[in-house]
Amino acid sequence: MSSYCSLAYLGLFLPIVMVLYQLTPQKHRWKALLAASYLFFWTISGKLVMFLIFSTCSIHHFGLWMTLVQEEKKGKLAEAEKSEKKQIKGVYQRKLRGIVTLAVLLHIGVLVVLKYSTFFGTNLNTLLAACKVSFRLPIPSFILPIGISFYTMQAVSYLFDVYRGTIRADRNLGRLALYMSFFPQIMEGPICRYSDTATQLWSCEKISYHNMTMGMQRIAFGLMKKIVIADRLNLFIKNVFTNHASYDGGVIAVAMVCYTCQLYMEFSGTIDVVIGSAEIFGIKMPENFRQPFFSKTISEFWTRWHITLGAWFRDYVFYPLSMSKPLKHMTVSARKHLGNHFGPLVAGSIALFVVWICNGLWHGAGWFYIFFGLYHFGLILLGNMFGPLFKTTAEKLHIDRNKWYYRGIQIIRTAILVNIGELFFRSNGLRVGLTMFKKMVTNFSFASIKSRQILTLGIDKYDVLILAVSILLVFAVSVMRERGIGIRTAIARQNIVVRWAFYYGLILFIVIFGAYGKGYVPIDPIYANF
Amino acid sequence: MNELIEILEEIQPEVDYETCTDLIDGHYLDSLSILSLVAELEDAFDITIPTVEIIPSNFNSAEKIWSMIVRLQEEE
Repeated sequence: MSSYCSLAYLGLFLPIVMVLYQLTPQKHRWKALLAASYLFFWTISGKLVMFLIFSTCSIHHFGLWMTLVQEEKKGKLAEAEKSEKKQIKGVYQRKLRGIVTLAVLLHIGVLVVLKYSTFFGTNLNTLLAACKVSFRLPIPSFILPIGISFYTMQAVSYLFDVYRGTIRADRNLGRLALYMSFFPQIMEGPICRYSDTATQLWSCEKISYHNMTMGMQRIAFGLMKKIVIADRLNLFIKNVFTNHASYDGGVIAVAMVCYTCQLYMEFSGTIDVVIGSAEIFGIKMPENFRQPFFSKTISEFWTRWHITLGAWFRDYVFYPLSMSKPLKHMTVSARKHLGNHFGPLVAGSIALFVVWICNGLWHGAGWFYIFFGLYHFGLILLGNMFGPLFKTTAEKLHIDRNKWYYRGIQIIRTAILVNIGELFFRSNGLRVGLTMFKKMVTNFSFASIKSRQILTLGIDKYDVLILAVSILLVFAVSVMRERGIGIRTAIARQNIVVRWAFYYGLILFIVIFGAYGKGYVPIDPIYANF
Repeated sequence: MNELIEILEEIQPEVDYETCTDLIDGHYLDSLSILSLVAELEDAFDITIPTVEIIPSNFNSAEKIWSMIVRLQEEE
């Protein structure tokens, strides 16, 4: 069961779980889901399941500990005189902060040791060698449990939410275990909050015809993105990125655009399968994508791409940091000196810098991931700095910024910047990324495209035709979603003949035009490795 | 409420705060505007806005922001 788009998952695992779930009495259904989730995890990561069990038990314990302290605080405050209240609040606040810090450090610590030991160790040894020190650190290497970056973030969000009092700690270990391990999302997210899914997971409603058809439609659309588009592009992308030295800048530029397209189709397609799977069981998961390539700025892009990751960093890193006492004072004082626009930018950019270093590292232990994070940090910062200048210039030139052509230019500009970032993301090394980028700028040529040599690198003209039709289909769906048109609801309103003609049409499209079998290499789930 | 509208207009003048109900969801106020706004509100209304209060439902309209201010003043 290597991915959510595999036959083993969609043809065997999911249907069996659905049948068992439906046959189980409602009060025991959560056990069926939990057993399925742990079986799913175990088939991929084996005994590393102990890390998931440790995380679950740990947040259960720390959550209850914090609730105990919060209740004690309430009791003391109820009995205290008005003058004593501030002091009591301070004492308990420090206590709670100590507990949450210990708990979060424990979880992040496990993640750092397992995921980053090799990276930090290797870099420290390079530094020691550069300083002519003969001592070398032993470099450990660990196998990562699947989805550790995702479930650790869920664990940390639970701990912070209990600490802040937005949720109450859950006494029910079963419900918490299900929140942490629910099989459709353990591998690639979306990163759910306890308040998003825990209650829904526990309610265990019967599978309804409506939920099943809605879920299946979403799964089929996701499969189309993954199997027809992302997998079909794989051979070409692999070829160009592996042998980039043999190709001119034009081919590299095409490969860069194809990779960005592949990444979007693979990740958002898998998320469609994940959300569709959950929907069958009546569970509404948070959306992870909202037509990201219609973004006008990089800031907006990150509110539409991997939404749950961005929201996590915003709520648990950016705001706590920028609202901390030192940065708040900095904002107030900078506003007095630098004005309304640049003032908050000073403290905000410090918090943003931390967010983007973490974001880069979250994606993987490598300098090119850090570069990827810093690249987006730089773009967002520049966007914020020069935003007023663009606005004033447009006003002086009498350009209406709400006109379609201005918005179009903004969308294209954002897409180009995102594509360049993804080139570094895929290049598997900062030096390789820089070489490829340099070649794209200094050695750009349409020669390979004009001579059709590009059609010998892993995609032929039929592939191009299939890709063009499929991408147009996804584009049409995206336009409809952007305009607030619910496609699945619209299909559900049609009569039975139209509905089933659509369902069969989509299934046949995937079966006929899917890139599988001899001559094709499906991509591994890209985000599962994070 | 008038003081709040003045603060909002100073931070982002291009919005009709009497009618707009999607200040966050509609991307009228980004995270940096929120930083300015929080600093201003804390100064002007003598309140402390904890991080937990910075959620779209508290900042999507002038009315929602005002409700949060009144609530925080009562709590303090």
